[in-house]
Amino acid sequence: MNISRRKALAFGGAALTVTLVPVSFAQAASEEVMKAAVDAFTGGAAIAEGGIELTTPEIAENGNTVPVAISAPGAKRVILLASGNPNPGVADFTFGALAAGNGSTRIRLAGTQDVVAIAEMADGSFAQVAKAVKVTIGGCGG
Amino acid sequence: MKKLLSTVACGIAAMSFGQAAFADPDNNNLTVDGMAISTDVKAMADSPLDKLFSGWRFRESETQALQMDDFDNPSFVFVEDGEALYDKVDGSEGKACSSCHEDVAEFKGLRPTLPRWNEDKGKLYSMEQYINDCRVDRMGAEKWKWTGTNMTAMTSLISLQSRGMPISVATDGPVADILSKGKEIYYTRVGQLDMSCANCHEDNYGNMIRADHLSQGQVNGFPTYRLKNAKMNSIHGRFKGCMKNIRAKPFKPGGAEFQALELYVASRGNGLAVESPSVRN
Amino acid sequence: MSKPRVKVPKSAGAGDTITIKTLMKHKMESGQRKDKDGNKIPRKIINFFSATFNGEEVMSVNLHGAVSTNPFIQFDMKVPATGDLAFKWVDDDGTVTETSKTIKVS
Repeated sequence: MNISRRKALAFGGAALTVTLVPVSFAQAASEEVMKAAVDAFTGGAAIAEGGIELTTPEIAENGNTVPVAISAPGAKRVILLASGNPNPGVADFTFGALAAGNGSTRIRLAGTQDVVAIAEMADGSFAQVAKAVKVTIGGCGG
Repeated sequence: MKKLLSTVACGIAAMSFGQAAFADPDNNNLTVDGMAISTDVKAMADSPLDKLFSGWRFRESETQALQMDDFDNPSFVFVEDGEALYDKVDGSEGKACSSCHEDVAEFKGLRPTLPRWNEDKGKLYSMEQYINDCRVDRMGAEKWKWTGTNMTAMTSLISLQSRGMPISVATDGPVADILSKGKEIYYTRVGQLDMSCANCHEDNYGNMIRADHLSQGQVNGFPTYRLKNAKMNSIHGRFKGCMKNIRAKPFKPGGAEFQALELYVASRGNGLAVESPSVRN
Repeated sequence: MSKPRVKVPKSAGAGDTITIKTLMKHKMESGQRKDKDGNKIPRKIINFFSATFNGEEVMSVNLHGAVSTNPFIQFDMKVPATGDLAFKWVDDDGTVTETSKTIKVS
């Protein structure tokens, strides 16, 4: 891009000041904490792929409000985990007989990370899906 | 991908006659509950821009989707608050807004003309002032803070009545001097980062500033629900935030500078459809 | 707590799958934010949501601090017959908010 050094410095300056803005979340939860959250749900059972869909934006325009959706027809329960948040738990869905097995909500993501959804299917087996979501600090928070 | 496009666009711009780097807003169409609302319009002859784009066109598709359904649109929690306030008796005179203005729909057509010259008061009036005048003079109630939640709930409700109508603020007559002042502010560099509104919103709309996709800085969508702070934001509130980003000491919301700037920025968007209450990042 | 917003179709065919949207105005203080003095602001969120049709639970959600302000929950369900769809939200402090809508099935 044909921008002057001054403009580049200015943009860089904006970037630096924005990263110094006190963001509410601490660093991401450790791998152990994430594994503990998964095990609490599955009891350590094997987790397959397939049978569950997770819809997330590729780029979250603001980590404060990220629309996500899960769909696992026939599932009894689905948990949503944010591997990069200080606490991985986001939402735990329980489905009765009349439910279609889907749900959507809006969540907070502390930074770029994988969002994971795990379903407990009708037969007691587990299935999971993960999506990477880029969460960016914009230049013009204002 | 966007970064590459903007680099290419910048390159093309550099080749053309000093024209501002061309925007790459997307080509999505806005419909709200099925009703189509235009999000671009050819600029008037004297505009420094060729084509005006609503801020909606610069947002990610997930953010855009939030505005396309009045239930999904998070603004409507606050519009409902506005409805409750509209009927709420407040102040020494024992009146609510609805005591005199039976149906808020009667405010259809107001938002597109604001801010405008108030002949009786001999000054430029924004919506917030009309509301506070009513509260203080006719309801015997307290003024609402310009950028506070009560005020933004009410301006969201009133602005909604004009959704879809083209912005049409007057720029001549008694407001001409104020417009000039607003224009001067728009083009004046301020703050530690030494940037003016124009540096981003005229010279670089469509480009990325870090991870934000810069818009033309139009106000047709205000008050707007921002994902960032999960609440309604007023025009002056947004101006203040922008100035703080440039590390400038911001002007006061409700003050003469922001009012002049509000008029000028609104005039830059004359023709764009009111989208209030909109959803932005 | 304030009034919840729900979007429920007024009528449907027997066995149809319908979409339900709900929104509850609530700050959802996550417990992660710090005040000016650097002290953590205590968590205060809606931690539970449920939808029940004619007394039978359709779905429920345990919410954590990562759910955004003004929690929005949408889901699909089958509607077998005319009935009442009852919604419940529970705050950390124990406050319960309820509302319900009737769906007429032809």
